[in-house]
Amino acid sequence: MAQQTILQKLEILADAAKYDASCASSGTAKKNSLGGKGIGSTEGMGICHAYAPDGRCISLFKILLTNHCVFDCHYCVNRKSSNVARARFTPQEVVDLTLAFYRRNYIEGLFLSSGIVKNSNHTMEQIVEVARILREEHDFRGYIHLKTIPEADAEIVHQAGLYADRVSINVELPTDSGLTRLAPDKDARQIEGAMGKVKADLAEAKDAHKRFKHAPRFAPAGQSTQMIVGADAATDADIVGKASRLYDNFRLRRVYYSAFSPIPDASAVLPLKRPPLIREHRLYQSDWLMRFYGYKPAEVMQATEADGNLPLDIDPKLAWALKFREQFPVDVNRSTKEQLLRVPGLGVKAVGKILASRRHRALRLDDVALLTQSITKVRPFICTVDWRPVMLTDRADLRSLLAPKAEQLELFAA
Amino acid sequence: MTALQHVRLGTYYVVNLPEPDDFDFWRERARALVQCDVPPDRIAWIEPGGSGDLFAHGERRMPVPPMDARPVRANRRFVSLAKNAILHSDPERFALLYRLLWRLQSNPRMMEDKADLDVRRVEELDKNVRRDSHKMHAFVRFRLVESEDEEEGEHYVAWFEPEHHILRANAGFFMRRFSNMRWSILTPRGSLHWDGETMAEGPPAERHDAPGGDPMEDLWRTYYASIFNPARLKIGAMLKEMPKKYWKNMPEASLIPDLIAGAQGREASMVEKGALEFEERPDTLAAIDKAIHACRKCPIGALDNTAVMGEGPQDAALMIVGEQPGDNEDMQGRPFVGPAGQLLDVHLEKAGIDRRAAYLTNAVKHFKYVQRGKRRLHQNPGAKEIDTCRWWIESERAIVQPKLVLAMGASAARGLLGKTVSISKVRGTPIPLEDGSELWVTAHPSYLLRLEGPAREEQARLFDADLAAVKARLAELAG
Repeated sequence: MAQQTILQKLEILADAAKYDASCASSGTAKKNSLGGKGIGSTEGMGICHAYAPDGRCISLFKILLTNHCVFDCHYCVNRKSSNVARARFTPQEVVDLTLAFYRRNYIEGLFLSSGIVKNSNHTMEQIVEVARILREEHDFRGYIHLKTIPEADAEIVHQAGLYADRVSINVELPTDSGLTRLAPDKDARQIEGAMGKVKADLAEAKDAHKRFKHAPRFAPAGQSTQMIVGADAATDADIVGKASRLYDNFRLRRVYYSAFSPIPDASAVLPLKRPPLIREHRLYQSDWLMRFYGYKPAEVMQATEADGNLPLDIDPKLAWALKFREQFPVDVNRSTKEQLLRVPGLGVKAVGKILASRRHRALRLDDVALLTQSITKVRPFICTVDWRPVMLTDRADLRSLLAPKAEQLELFAA
Repeated sequence: MTALQHVRLGTYYVVNLPEPDDFDFWRERARALVQCDVPPDRIAWIEPGGSGDLFAHGERRMPVPPMDARPVRANRRFVSLAKNAILHSDPERFALLYRLLWRLQSNPRMMEDKADLDVRRVEELDKNVRRDSHKMHAFVRFRLVESEDEEEGEHYVAWFEPEHHILRANAGFFMRRFSNMRWSILTPRGSLHWDGETMAEGPPAERHDAPGGDPMEDLWRTYYASIFNPARLKIGAMLKEMPKKYWKNMPEASLIPDLIAGAQGREASMVEKGALEFEERPDTLAAIDKAIHACRKCPIGALDNTAVMGEGPQDAALMIVGEQPGDNEDMQGRPFVGPAGQLLDVHLEKAGIDRRAAYLTNAVKHFKYVQRGKRRLHQNPGAKEIDTCRWWIESERAIVQPKLVLAMGASAARGLLGKTVSISKVRGTPIPLEDGSELWVTAHPSYLLRLEGPAREEQARLFDADLAAVKARLAELAG
């Protein structure tokens, strides 16, 4: 085979990396390149340098070191038995591309992952080598996210954390049986064990940093993971349960969901139909409810329908409100923050504005309309000085009144 | 005449701002005017280039606050909003800020009232400016200019068109990020130049002052096109965050129309090439039999051969799975009728297993071969072919529901497990399957046929031992 050019390799290895959902570059320690030898800064807020027509943000240079892989995970385009074109970057090539892109302000940093070549340790060492060259030889101070390999030695994974802003290990599938079936070479215990180790490293480094100013930082943006949705039989309730256990047990910053999407040269074990993209969206909304709106996992599960899945036509917050109508209407002038956060259509910001404004005036419906995105959505669930939703919460057809029109849904549908 | 007399007489003040984004200048003037009790509707704020004709007769000298004037009150929230809002391109911003400052004197907590129209407006200006700054951090694209002077080194130049007066306010961001790089940002409102040590401001520039391209942009465009997943087109989400007005200065944006146009086609071809569109799972053995004859999901199905269906009782407790039909099986359309099948019969009988009570089938339903003259030589099926055919063996298992599955050979084991295992490592111990049944793995009888002498005796002994264990386990399961 003729030698591949950098451009050809980039095409193959970026294509292979696109199934990783995360591109976040936020929430890390603040740093800049003043007084250094290189370039790069992170100032807290993530920056999306471009958006692709799939609506996803391009913040990091997301690439695989290689898509050769000795594993045979059925949902993965790079599995051993797949016939995709293969390519392999040297660590130096990835470093050069990262710096060239960064200098032109295309990216916030690097998100590096890899297929497993030779063995897990060798692969992990190569990944760490890229980060080492960037940090030590080029004094690069931008964002680095390294995917770690659960089967690799803890010592090498620890090295990764010392160079990276964030490390992640994919749990891949929400159930152990799904993992056994679709990722026969992976082991759920091992994945969770590696996450536990990273959690311990994070805690230790944080503690050391409090006591010694120059203690080495360990992945200041924490760890995250990704689950594939719709490749196995797990319901939304299973997924929400799994995510909340992961948040609790491993202090994850984020659990990403990736709707299983058709991959070239797919395995025959995969399901016939891919899940609608809106399902992934509903799961993210439920994730938000748990992280920012004070919903317990059990409460999110209450919003699921008989089949254990969240409704697709309405968002989980509205679904919950329709099931627990006795909790409404909520008086915007008197209710607590927690109660206001349960009102469909009121976001965290709107609730903050209501709480601040009501100290100055008794809020009328028009006032609330100024503070929210859509008063029509909110109206059935609140009272103001001049408004009470008469009988509205008892109406059987409330769901159909509030659900978006079917034509709109088509935009998201597969 | 004192300042206060001016005000009483209805003097109209005109304040000319030296720069459109000079917050300190505005703050100083505003403070004095508040102290002199000049109401908001008596001041015209004019930025450079703004029209001041209407106020030709206005008073341009600032009033002098009385010695005993009260200090002007402004809380932190107001100041932080005002610093941003003053960068907005709305000519009314100075007057709005003054009106807020004026009202704050009598109602110090006014900024909390989010339903107040002035408060809402200033928050809106602040939000617009923050967004514009954020988009500048994101969408500025530097291009490398090779300098003729070796000493100077590389110079990176960007052309950007901000909506508001945000250039100077964002100099720090680019300085902190690219401190060891020589760069310039050119805009229609002014320019910034950093040489690695000092920041210099320059006059407004035009697009052609900036370089027209950079070789690295080809790689960047390749990346942009490759990272995009055509299976999930969400144009609205993209436009919301990257409105078209920014596209003209972003090298990758020229690809967008083609990527969208090609997306549907690309997804369709991805699905066609990749995902196998199986219909509903057949629910009778006869339906499977019919379907496998039509199956062309892998290249084996396209060879000149006939699908061979499994055979045996539909309620068999034991399912025996081989690799694929051979030459004889293909001709006769029945499993295990060739030499390997005959050898299997001998060993089954020896172990006391009734072949007629078992369901016999293969991991792959068609015969894979290469033609050598008149002979068809057996070929091992590939991993992908076995995985493709798993659909059928799973369908058979769902109907027959055996308590125990015996996989003979690595191909059969892969058909059941989805991964390749080593026979010598897994033989002799059951592997639980998802549906509660158990899998035993042994060698394929054709392996015995290929051996001779002591090696064959040894393998035959192991094969018998496996069959005996299966027989014993079946008795246990039945009991």
